Amino acid sequence: MSISGAPIQTEATTTDKGLAAQFLGSIIRSRETSIILAAIILSIYFQSTAPAFFSQSNVVNLGFYAATTAIIAAGEVMVLICGEVDLSVGQVYALAPFIMFYAHRAGVPYLVAMAVALLMSACVGLINGVITVNLQIPSFITTLSTLFLINGFTLTISGGFPVQPNAPAALANFFGVNALSQVIWAVAIAIVFQFILVKTRWGMHTIATGGNALGAAEVGVRTGRIKIGNFMLCSLLGAFAGILDAFRIGSIDPLAGGTEIMFMAIASAVIGGTLLTGGSGTIIGALFGAVVLGVLKDGFTLSGVSAYTFDMILGLAILVTMFVNVRLSRLRAAGGGR
Amino acid sequence: MEALRTENLSKAFGRVVALKKASVRLEQGEVLGLLGDNGAGKSTLMKILTGFHRPDSGRILLRGQEVHLRSVSHARALGIEPVYQDLALINELNVYRNMFLQREIRSWGPLGILNDSLMRSKAKEHLTAMRVNIPSLDVQISKLSGGQRQAIAVARSVFSDAKILLLDEPTAAMGVKESAIILDLIRRLKDKGEVSIIVVAHNYAQIFDVCDRINLLQNGEISFNSRTSDTSIEELTRLVVDEYRAARERVTNT
Ligand SMILES: Nc1ncnc2c1ncn2[C@@H]1O[C@H](COP(=O)(O)OP(=O)(O)O)[C@@H](O)[C@H]1O
Ligand SMILES: [Mg+2]
Repeated sequence: MSISGAPIQTEATTTDKGLAAQFLGSIIRSRETSIILAAIILSIYFQSTAPAFFSQSNVVNLGFYAATTAIIAAGEVMVLICGEVDLSVGQVYALAPFIMFYAHRAGVPYLVAMAVALLMSACVGLINGVITVNLQIPSFITTLSTLFLINGFTLTISGGFPVQPNAPAALANFFGVNALSQVIWAVAIAIVFQFILVKTRWGMHTIATGGNALGAAEVGVRTGRIKIGNFMLCSLLGAFAGILDAFRIGSIDPLAGGTEIMFMAIASAVIGGTLLTGGSGTIIGALFGAVVLGVLKDGFTLSGVSAYTFDMILGLAILVTMFVNVRLSRLRAAGGGR
Repeated sequence: MEALRTENLSKAFGRVVALKKASVRLEQGEVLGLLGDNGAGKSTLMKILTGFHRPDSGRILLRGQEVHLRSVSHARALGIEPVYQDLALINELNVYRNMFLQREIRSWGPLGILNDSLMRSKAKEHLTAMRVNIPSLDVQISKLSGGQRQAIAVARSVFSDAKILLLDEPTAAMGVKESAIILDLIRRLKDKGEVSIIVVAHNYAQIFDVCDRINLLQNGEISFNSRTSDTSIEELTRLVVDEYRAARERVTNT
């Protein structure tokens, strides 16, 4: 008996053609492929029907929209892989800029105020996680209640009115007034988190926790800590996205984000290839999921399709991509995965 | 030499007495078959030895020294490695990542970046040494057969310097061919003589050949203890049937 691993032994002897075929095969099997293809095809389609699609102002618009959603989606994917869900992240998105604003007004410099806001937002994640793990309340319920709690809190401290951050230009530019900087943030966050997911112990334990919580605990993985940590990351990223948008818009609105942006982030994750059942997901996929949502929304606006139609199309798109994803993962199961 | 001994271990769950005064003795390098009907208390005894349950009374001696097992991690640190009935494998992870779960090889220290190539080559080396035949180490565990999964779970436990291996029903719900993989593995481990093994089973015909000694656990007590060479499948069958008759009489008499 010996190990007869085909991929192991063929590596040395593959010809160029074999390599190309292998490469192609791995791309086709990769779970991000379908969503990237969708993004490209949709862009081509909208460019041909509405030539303004690739105009500079429109691309900038699209970039802002997709970047915000993608940053939140990165955190949401981590939570979804644990087998949990965070419904409160859109409220953290709205709360964090207010914390920053009030901290700044209390006399600390903007960067410190921002750190305070991020820290307090991470505490929201900590609360979500501890309640879910220690009191064994489903995260759907935990985060549903923190959703309302935070929303009410933000409205209370703001009195329901928007405020102006008036941040120094250099800072505002670095954190997102410039569309390019916001897109760079989104891409960098997606790459870093994808790396964490596939190449670090934290990512591996996150997958293990979502894949088989009891089994992971039996070999000593601290599944509770993993879940709590990922809730904190999700809140942190939601807060960061909120702060970026606050700088960009130049105004902090207590009604910004909310359930709308949370559902968009979950939709991006799902059409990007993350299963809600836990144990598997992709952050790069969610990034492209956000791009697809942005392209759809934007393209329809340009073509004069109403927002109502957009929602119907989005609903269908989620169903279709889920269907395709389930099919594809069966295909992958037959062909070997990563 | 004695690897592990229990003295009068008892354990009750509420009013259910799962284990009463169970005394078991495991010699160094020996394979002990722990047989018994469903509900006899086999898993409870194993879970006490893995540090998962605390006994109500009784003592555990490891190489002659009394130990109080505080947790699964504590027991593992002492060289007691369990292979759970549910295997504790993660379907979504590949073979070598499962083998290294919770003892990952990392580079860049605190960042926790996984050294996949090293884990892969070590896992390959180890599985080859144990002659476990897996088509590829890169496939997800879910793609493997039940026997291969069980073999990997066993190999993972032996990997970590295990002194005592506790296998709870390793061949349950497995075909003849699949079971053969596991029984082969146990036999090879026995030949190397580095680990002492307790195998729990309720199908004793299957594991009879690999065991050095057989203990029968009935109603929470060890009712029979014999070297395999001094007993036979026929004798075990008779003992079990007798118990079954006795149990039936108890039921019909009340
Ligand atoms: N965690 C538990 N809580 C309550 N009762 C239990 C628990 N574990 C086992 N038991 C009971 O203890 C008895 C022995 O169970 P177990 O050790 O699993 O038997 P076996 O593994 O031999 O089939 C059974 O009656 C079972 O119902
Ligand atoms: Mg059992």
